Amino acid sequence: MNPKNRKIRVLIAKPGLDGHDRGAKVVARALRDAGMEVIYTGIRQTPEAIASAAVQEGVDFVGLSCLSGAHGHLFPEVVRLLKAHGAGKVRVFGGGIIPESDIPALKRAGIRKVFPPGSTTGDIVDWILNARLPVGEAHGT
Amino acid sequence: MTDPKTAARKVLAGDIRAAAALMRGLDDGQPSCRAVLKELFAGAGRAHVVGVTGPPGSGKSTLVDRLVGEAREEGRSVGVVAVDPTSPFSGGAVLGDRIRMGRHAVDPGVFIRSLATRGSLGGLSGSVFDTVTVLDAMGKDLVLIETAGVGQDGVKVASAAHTVLVVLSPGMGDDIQAIKAGVMEIGDIYVMNKADKEGVESLERSLRLALDGRPGRDGLPRPVVRTEARSGKGVADLAAALAGHRGSLLERGLWEERSRAMARAAFEELVEAGIRSSLEKKRASDKAWKSLLEGLACRRLDPYAAARAGLRRLLR
Ligand SMILES: Nc1nc2c(ncn2[C@@H]2O[C@H](COP(=O)(O)OP(=O)(O)O)[C@@H](O)[C@H]2O)c(=O)[nH]1
Ligand SMILES: [Mg+2]
Repeated sequence: MNPKNRKIRVLIAKPGLDGHDRGAKVVARALRDAGMEVIYTGIRQTPEAIASAAVQEGVDFVGLSCLSGAHGHLFPEVVRLLKAHGAGKVRVFGGGIIPESDIPALKRAGIRKVFPPGSTTGDIVDWILNARLPVGEAHGT
Repeated sequence: MTDPKTAARKVLAGDIRAAAALMRGLDDGQPSCRAVLKELFAGAGRAHVVGVTGPPGSGKSTLVDRLVGEAREEGRSVGVVAVDPTSPFSGGAVLGDRIRMGRHAVDPGVFIRSLATRGSLGGLSGSVFDTVTVLDAMGKDLVLIETAGVGQDGVKVASAAHTVLVVLSPGMGDDIQAIKAGVMEIGDIYVMNKADKEGVESLERSLRLALDGRPGRDGLPRPVVRTEARSGKGVADLAAALAGHRGSLLERGLWEERSRAMARAAFEELVEAGIRSSLEKKRASDKAWKSLLEGLACRRLDPYAAARAGLRRLLR
């Protein structure tokens, strides 16, 4: 098998009602520049839409960005729906404006990693490269 | 992984997760997934496959979203394959066509898959054919393939589809660009999107001039349709033109012919990819290959003799 044909696929999504996606786009481009395939779904996505897109797109990771403060509800909901769709192995991470004090609860809810304000795109790339499963395993191939 | 027959049965029954996993494995070249494809291949071949191409920004994704909506109103199920280029520098890609298709994300009758070209030589990656086959096997009535119509990718989509829509929009000399990129040969239906914008009259003039009343590849007339994908105006006409093209292909016995051409394109894509990867392997590590090159360098072998021996080795 040709290793250059194996790519990490990441869905970057913005759940919730805030309409600012500059940060999410910067992350998407940084992951692309690190050689990943990034599916970007745009602003104001429901957790259902995000989970369903993640399944259809066969991604290894879902990155959630939320600036509206509703992460405490929205992020765990995405994790729950992924499990419900049989895609519980997909690794979810998050960023945006998330206070340090909220992080433990998010982790307990299955969000693998939270990048607080001040994190760099390099931090995210490094974490993904470390946290990845063998390619394709997230979807049982 | 589950055995190939079981996996194939799931996909044929429309199982979304099984289909997604299969597409991923085929895109990554997993042999176990090729075994699944083998099991379900005979069960595919019913979908109307439509290529949507044209310059970036002409509104292809927005239009695809609308066409999906039309088909769903008629109760038909839809698959979408949205292809974007892989960055030659990093090998990564940002695939953003889904942004325009958000309202179909939770409809179980719609399956949308984004693909990167992954540096496939001369256009459409082999994965596009595989992904279409899986969507078709799932029972999708309509499969839309979106590719950006600059250079080879856009042109090659013609060989992967029954019907090709070329989407243009007014302004910025798109018309000239499109003609240069060779899309005037491949379209079965020409769409002037963004008809709400200034310049649509002049676009129509240059488009009709370029088409010059010539029929398409099957000798069928090539309609020109105005749409406003953003508002939805004209989309019903376009859907009718699509159905019309499909009907004409079926009526005149051309459907079969087109399907054969699609099969040939997929076949040749795989054969070429196989030859390329075999060549890379020989180049990297084959001793006899190196001695052929050596013979060539010291002129013991002439180029034709060396190439003949090389080809024999390649295909052994
Ligand atoms: N004015 C106008 N804008 C449109 C129309 N259709 C699409 N657009 C806009 O054109 C831009 C590019 O659309 P997109 O579908 O992403 O184009 P693609 O690159 O060809 O897939 C978006 O901002 C759309 O909202 C239309 O009919 N009229
Ligand atoms: Mg597009």
